Amino acid sequence: MTYRVGEPVTIATRAHSGHHRTPAYIKGKTGRIERLHAAFRNPETRAYGDDGLPEMPLYLVSFERSDLWPDTPAGGSHRIYVDVFEHWLEEPK
Amino acid sequence: MSAHDHDHMPITNGHEPAAAMRARALEELLVAKGVLRAEEIRAGIDWLVSRTPADGARLIARAWVDPEFKQRLLADARSAALELGLDPGPSPVVVALENTEVVHHMIVCTLCSCYPRALLGPPPAWYKSLPYRSRAVSDPHGVLAEFGLEIPDDVELRVLDSTADIRYLVIPRRPPGTDQLSEEQLAALVTRDSMIGVAQPSAPALA
Amino acid sequence: MERGVHDRGGLPTHESIDRSEHTLEDWEVLTDALAGALGRRGLINVDELRRGIESMPRDDYERASYYERWLFSIETILTEKGVLAAGELDGRVAG
Repeated sequence: MTYRVGEPVTIATRAHSGHHRTPAYIKGKTGRIERLHAAFRNPETRAYGDDGLPEMPLYLVSFERSDLWPDTPAGGSHRIYVDVFEHWLEEPK
Repeated sequence: MSAHDHDHMPITNGHEPAAAMRARALEELLVAKGVLRAEEIRAGIDWLVSRTPADGARLIARAWVDPEFKQRLLADARSAALELGLDPGPSPVVVALENTEVVHHMIVCTLCSCYPRALLGPPPAWYKSLPYRSRAVSDPHGVLAEFGLEIPDDVELRVLDSTADIRYLVIPRRPPGTDQLSEEQLAALVTRDSMIGVAQPSAPALA
Repeated sequence: MERGVHDRGGLPTHESIDRSEHTLEDWEVLTDALAGALGRRGLINVDELRRGIESMPRDDYERASYYERWLFSIETILTEKGVLAAGELDGRVAG
């Protein structure tokens, strides 16, 4: 599905043993859609010699830092922004 | 040391690390096998060593003096670079992020070293280092403190982790007291580190 | 959450950041240019290069310098594809 700017979104926690560009520190975390970038070839299959098609939508997703690291000192909103492919996004439960 | 141990030691040539010999051997092998030509390797080297932060600085200086250019830079930094006759590099999308009174941006690639090299030159060693990659996302205020930059509490600190093909650079805030400077003089104030987000631009020299 | 050797975001560390400037050595620029030329020839793409780096054992990854990782990956991927024979680079270094 397509996600809209401002929507909350959760990053999948599935184990992925091969090459992928979703960092561990955001897996299972809930953030917010900031941008929809263009679609890009899938690095997960390109890394093994495949052409990476079909292109997959890429989003800029932001996370509140204190949601990622609970011992973050309180005070202000400070967000971490990560480019994440659509197939790693889920609706928050 | 037995002869057996010598078989497993990295072979060095004086002060040269084993990796240097290995890289050269790889080059020779690939050329000897006809996989690559010496000229294309040379051309690649020439491009790499030609890259400096000067092109990025030109984008920033133009944005500081021309509000409409700044909007174009924010909308599509790749096209804005091409507009100035600059090489934006191989990435299909380049995004410029503006620092303001209330927002400060900082760029990292936690997974490797993604960096807008065509516009900023080679990434500094610290950008590629394990501690920067670990701490930029979990303790960015602490990282900035190591760089001597303190962000006020009421300024939102946004960290960009470049995990895909998008390349990011920061539009730092124009330093105060620079109204009389030419665009070229402004560009000279824009440092590599200010376009990564770990420093502010240089202050203008006193008259 | 299990993570690859390269996946460093948020890893606990007390290591301070060495902010000194390092001009790239000739062999490092050469390694970068080799990867670029191989990429333009369609022999190794950036995702394969990263995958090769990520296949390093953790201790080796953490001890290796940046371009030593690239050399490891280029050799791994080219050997995988049969562009290099297994051990061929070792032979060239030794010979």
